Amino acid sequence: MFDFLDLEQYDLFGAFWTTVQLTVYSAIGSLIWGTILAGMRVSPVPIMRAFGTAYVHIFRNTPLTLIIVFCSLGLGQTLQFTMFSDEIDTTGFRLAVLGFIAYTSTFVCEALRSGINTVPVGQAEAARAIGLGFGQVLRIVVLPQAFRAVVAPLANVLIALTKNTTVAAAIGVTEAAFLMRTMIENEANLIPIALLFALGFIILTLPTGLFLGWLAKRVAVKR
Amino acid sequence: MRLRKASALAASVLALSLAATACGSGDDEGGSEGGSGGGDSITIGIKFDQPGLGLQTPDGDYAGFDVDVATYIAGELGYEPDQIEFVESPSGDRESMLQRGDVDFIVATYSITEEREQQVSFAGPYFLAHQDLLVRAGETVSSPDEINELTLCSVAGSTSAQNVQNDFAPDAQLQEMGTYSECLTGLENGAVDALTTDDSILAGYASQEVNQGKFELAGLELSDEYYGVGIPKDDTELQQQINDAIQSMVDSGAWQEAVDANLGPAGYENEPAPEIEAAS
Amino acid sequence: MTNLSVLYDAPGPRAKRRNALYAVLFVAVLGAFFWWVVRAMNDKNQLDAEKWDVFVTDSRIWTTFLWPGLQDTLIAAGLSLVIALPLGVVFGIGRLSDHWWIRRPCDVIVEFFRAVPVLLMMIFANQAYALWSDVDRDVRPLYAVVTGLVLYNASVLAEIVRAGVLTLPRGQGEAARAIGLRKGQTMVHVLLPQAVTAMLPAIVSQLVVIVKDTTLGGAMLGYSELLSNARLVSTNYANTIAAYTVAAILFIALNFLLTSLASWLENRLRRGKRGTGVVVKNDPTDPADSTSMASAIPTPQVSEPQLAAPAGVAAPGKPGTDPTP
Repeated sequence: MFDFLDLEQYDLFGAFWTTVQLTVYSAIGSLIWGTILAGMRVSPVPIMRAFGTAYVHIFRNTPLTLIIVFCSLGLGQTLQFTMFSDEIDTTGFRLAVLGFIAYTSTFVCEALRSGINTVPVGQAEAARAIGLGFGQVLRIVVLPQAFRAVVAPLANVLIALTKNTTVAAAIGVTEAAFLMRTMIENEANLIPIALLFALGFIILTLPTGLFLGWLAKRVAVKR
Repeated sequence: MRLRKASALAASVLALSLAATACGSGDDEGGSEGGSGGGDSITIGIKFDQPGLGLQTPDGDYAGFDVDVATYIAGELGYEPDQIEFVESPSGDRESMLQRGDVDFIVATYSITEEREQQVSFAGPYFLAHQDLLVRAGETVSSPDEINELTLCSVAGSTSAQNVQNDFAPDAQLQEMGTYSECLTGLENGAVDALTTDDSILAGYASQEVNQGKFELAGLELSDEYYGVGIPKDDTELQQQINDAIQSMVDSGAWQEAVDANLGPAGYENEPAPEIEAAS
Repeated sequence: MTNLSVLYDAPGPRAKRRNALYAVLFVAVLGAFFWWVVRAMNDKNQLDAEKWDVFVTDSRIWTTFLWPGLQDTLIAAGLSLVIALPLGVVFGIGRLSDHWWIRRPCDVIVEFFRAVPVLLMMIFANQAYALWSDVDRDVRPLYAVVTGLVLYNASVLAEIVRAGVLTLPRGQGEAARAIGLRKGQTMVHVLLPQAVTAMLPAIVSQLVVIVKDTTLGGAMLGYSELLSNARLVSTNYANTIAAYTVAAILFIALNFLLTSLASWLENRLRRGKRGTGVVVKNDPTDPADSTSMASAIPTPQVSEPQLAAPAGVAAPGKPGTDPTP
């Protein structure tokens, strides 16, 4: 059934390795940018709150395919912002990561906001009482607890991100879904090819989900 | 059926194909009285998104060379234009559409390859295309060696994109996008130097009214792509009928007319109609 | 400003000045960015009138491409939600079952369908319908898209429902048992209604995910949803960026409308619930939550009493349950 699979011709592991790289870089970026966004949305500066809200609304409600295509076509090709690289492949990869960060961070931001909610009011009040400013309250007291509360939803976001990296094929990043397209084009053998890639994604996402589920229980703040 | 290739029929289909390209016609120009009417309707798979070949127009009709060929063949098989139902057949889905019998046949820039012939059969070929480059008007690429210095764009995973990387320009930078329209935007903006795929597709884009005068073909013949009419595996009777229809379209001149009408504005010089293989 | 955030003090004169400074800097950076975008777009002729005004002057774009695309998107999304929601409830309850022979299969099914990319499920469904059913070709892409979306979103909704039930105070279930309700009755009459209400924001954000996910069916299966029709617009008018921008605006508007509708609905449900003793917090994860927009108060005050819930599955289970494209 899988006799079409010629590993000489098709770099299956390389493709999935790209998927993993996309996922890891995007995850780290989304975590950082999502945290900043969450900070903006609860900050004392009204214009930042407005920006945070508008940003989340716009990027959450746009299909990811469109965001990724805009990154390449708009940012990369029209605005000539090539992410500090002369190589088209590198540029494409970085632009894709940028797009994933822009999209996924909204989910991180919203998860964190609900995490902030789980922190008892007394914690923030006590922190203010000892003279901490907004940034300090958030950084030292609230966010560390919020993060521990949202490991499970963040795990969901990470799993979804892993699968979402398939969209990068739309701008020519040679990850798993891209290889799948190529194989479908060449081999005229849809179902076995799709099965193979479904299996690959299950191998990637299931252990991640299980591990983070375990981690979530471990680090949860017991109250 | 194939005896009755009345010139009246040919003329009417020709008129129709011209009308179809001009404004995307829905009117059935009288014609093809000779058709004995082979059933209620016929379903043909085409591309919906390739200007000059198979494109859904704002009027909701379909226009292009593939559409004209499909209409002609259907006419020869005894179907009026209004008995034809056009269906979108995305590249990845073409084999299964034929295997399932979703469509009677497919005319959708369907290159004849060995892998595909294991799944489906082909009638024709009805067209010989070459991989080529589309560049901004006024620029030239005279030899294949120059390609290595360029930044190219093609559709992700397509055969043309693979050819660039594996064969004739391994050093060229290749930007792969989801659709040719997206590549065209990059070409327009100067982000890429050339768009590469079959010259027929390129000519289709360059012939569009909105693009006329902006782009031109480089005229390199980098590969041979024989477009066939995809039919269910081993349906030799249909294969013979379609082969005869294509032959009659070529002989009557309707074939060349269709090429000129759809791809001509790009200054595209097509190959003569390819020899039809006896049976594949 | 009646509600002040617990995260910062009421600003004094110095803080006000500092905030104003931040605001000015922020606007300046933002403005510079937009100015750069517009200028660069203009340089590349992407703002040419001929690329954009066709959306106003040529009504055929709307009648042939965009409206039908929007309809197909809505049909697929609506069907998917209507089927996935009950299915998700069943699986969610299944995972909470006391019997292992119900729980385990539900676990496996939910975990499996969450792990496979939706697009692949759509491809399988398309083939399955073709091979083993006589679903007509015209509607097969729709069936395939809906099937893929249902399988995936039912398992996500199952998790939401499960988390919702687990969030409820234990006393709810115990009290129901105490007055003699059986397990099934407890679930249907007591736990489920509260769980669904509490999880409404999460369910809504899943609806948004469904709407966006319909776009996956376009390129591979030939389902003529909004984005694939926008591609046809760009092919006909050679205005990729304009066509995609319009598509994005339509998606944003549609999803915004949906979330607004849902938050209105949610408020009504909540008002009905008031006084029943159930603590349902005002969830800021709802993207269209107007109160948090106006004041950006994360409302921890309201949510405090339910913090006892297991943190992993509790409140946070809701938000970005699944950011699929």
